[in-house]
Amino acid sequence: MNEPRALLNLNNLSKTYGSNRVLDNFNLTIFDGEFFTLLGPSGCGKTTVLRMIAGLEDTDTGNIQLDGQDIGQVPAEKRPINTVFQSYALFPHMTVFDNVAFGLRMSGVAKEEIAPRVTEALEMVRLGDFAQRKPAQLSGGQQQRVAIARAVVNRPKLLLLDESLSALDYKLRQQMQIELKRLQRKLGITFVYVTHDQEEALSMSDRVVVMNKGKVQQLGSPREIYEQPANLFVAKFIGEINQLDGEIVEIDGNHEYEVKVEGLKWRLHAEHNFKVGDKVNVLLRPEDVRVEYIDDPHPDQYLVGTVVERNYKGKTLDSLIRLPSGIEVIASEFFDEDDPSFDYSLNQKVAIKWVPGWEVVLPYEV
Amino acid sequence: MKSSAGQFRFWAIGLASVWLTLFVFFPNLLVILTSFLTRDPQATVSLPINADSYVRTLDLLYLQVLWDSLRMSLLAMVFCLVVGYPFAMAIVSLPKRWQPVILFLVILPFWTNSLVRTYAIQFILGNQGVINKALLGLGFIDKPLQLLYTQFAVILGLCYILLPFMVLPLYSALEKLDVRLHHAAKDLGAGPLSRFWHITVPLTSPGIVAGCLMVLLPAMGMFYISDLLGGAKNLLLGNVIKTQFLHTRDWPFGSAFSVILIVLLGFMLWLYFRAARFVSKQGGLNGSDF
Repeated sequence: MNEPRALLNLNNLSKTYGSNRVLDNFNLTIFDGEFFTLLGPSGCGKTTVLRMIAGLEDTDTGNIQLDGQDIGQVPAEKRPINTVFQSYALFPHMTVFDNVAFGLRMSGVAKEEIAPRVTEALEMVRLGDFAQRKPAQLSGGQQQRVAIARAVVNRPKLLLLDESLSALDYKLRQQMQIELKRLQRKLGITFVYVTHDQEEALSMSDRVVVMNKGKVQQLGSPREIYEQPANLFVAKFIGEINQLDGEIVEIDGNHEYEVKVEGLKWRLHAEHNFKVGDKVNVLLRPEDVRVEYIDDPHPDQYLVGTVVERNYKGKTLDSLIRLPSGIEVIASEFFDEDDPSFDYSLNQKVAIKWVPGWEVVLPYEV
Repeated sequence: MKSSAGQFRFWAIGLASVWLTLFVFFPNLLVILTSFLTRDPQATVSLPINADSYVRTLDLLYLQVLWDSLRMSLLAMVFCLVVGYPFAMAIVSLPKRWQPVILFLVILPFWTNSLVRTYAIQFILGNQGVINKALLGLGFIDKPLQLLYTQFAVILGLCYILLPFMVLPLYSALEKLDVRLHHAAKDLGAGPLSRFWHITVPLTSPGIVAGCLMVLLPAMGMFYISDLLGGAKNLLLGNVIKTQFLHTRDWPFGSAFSVILIVLLGFMLWLYFRAARFVSKQGGLNGSDF
């Protein structure tokens, strides 16, 4: 496999609105051909980054390089970059065809080339029969697809998508996620996607950057971000997570530690360097927590908790279990078809454990 | 028993209907009827019913007046559009809190009677007026320019009185224009001029047509402007109608001209509603913001 080629470099981008620092020395490299996602809560600066790449927003400091060329001074209309806007922003007075043809006409593409390219783009989003409709005559999902066709028809080097699926209902959104991914593979265009929906980010992206307060929190593959969150913010923002308090009691070397959690000593692995006495957060995904009947024989050590809530989710059974310290742990378990008695009653005492190594140990934060 | 909201609706619609019937429908009906009667020195109008008045309007002299007044009104309209569009764009580009102030200033001249304001233009344009005195004083000219009692003066007067009617609908159309469509056009490679032609102009076309009609329609009938500024030569259709009713006392003929004017204006309104329907089928933007 070839070394990925850097397509876009963002260097030291900063932006301040009044006293609000939206972006703070932001650095990022996006590779050619990847599906890249900017993920973060609203107000984290992800949309500002996107608008800067598009050229719709000025930078206070820093520069943007596309293919090694500084494009900071290039106006939006001259950048080989197109955007699928959150609001779609289709031109209401033009037909679907004219909307999609707009970019081609603006860049002076030959007349006889426009019609086939527009038709091809509309076929690609399965709207071939809708060319002569006005945007108002289309459903939200169809408008969304027109917006995508209108952008990709220009064959941009970079396609920006701003929360493009957030206005669609759940079912349609899932369907569009798959379609977008398929489209991206087919076209080979680099996609930069902005979303606050972590599920969307994980399922579509090759790489994700998690942002908060104008700063990069973590950059990595969806799997890295989910399984090895760099800090508590990332851990909590991506999916659900249980947070236990611990204290380092012994260092076994090579990132192995004896950690006291809920009164018991556990041998845990951590990427960080700790010293004895350090307070830590021990984080566990709900699906990594094992719940067992307390009467069964247990070769390993376990925590004892009381079931305070049972939540039937269809695929899984989610139990809320209160530990003696008062901390509540969510455990998400798949149904075992072979065990018809698999269920807990409220107030039942159960044993809790997890597969060693599946936990994440981070420095203590409130 | 009717609800109070239902009662309110009944009375509101009822009153408006009575008002419109008494003061719009019947008078217009009378005008139409009168236009088909015969002039009578004793009784003003009398039978028999005929279409002579309409035939007489086809006289070359009156067609000339119709053409002249249409041309002057159209020129005034074009001038108002050319001045009013950038003006309205400038207002929209101002910070939100300044916009009402400027709009207020646009409307402010209405507080002075338009007849008085027309006399003021007379003073400015006259041979002893401000412009001529200034030009003479500065030595640019030897004898006063004939500014007053020209077609130019009439058009200037129409523009001055009617410009706010152009600016206000343009402002309201431009103000509704979604900046996100401009961003999208920019993103798709459209420069400032392309954005103006392909986005701004088509999407504000109802405002353009409304403004043009608001200038053109009254301009045709504003007889006092041409009376005061145009002298005897530069007549508007309104002058002909006024003369027929007040001086010649030929009511059927005046009525026929009124009907022609109404039909003309009605036709323009019909064009307007067609244009408005063209753009009102809007969509393609959902509520959330970029």
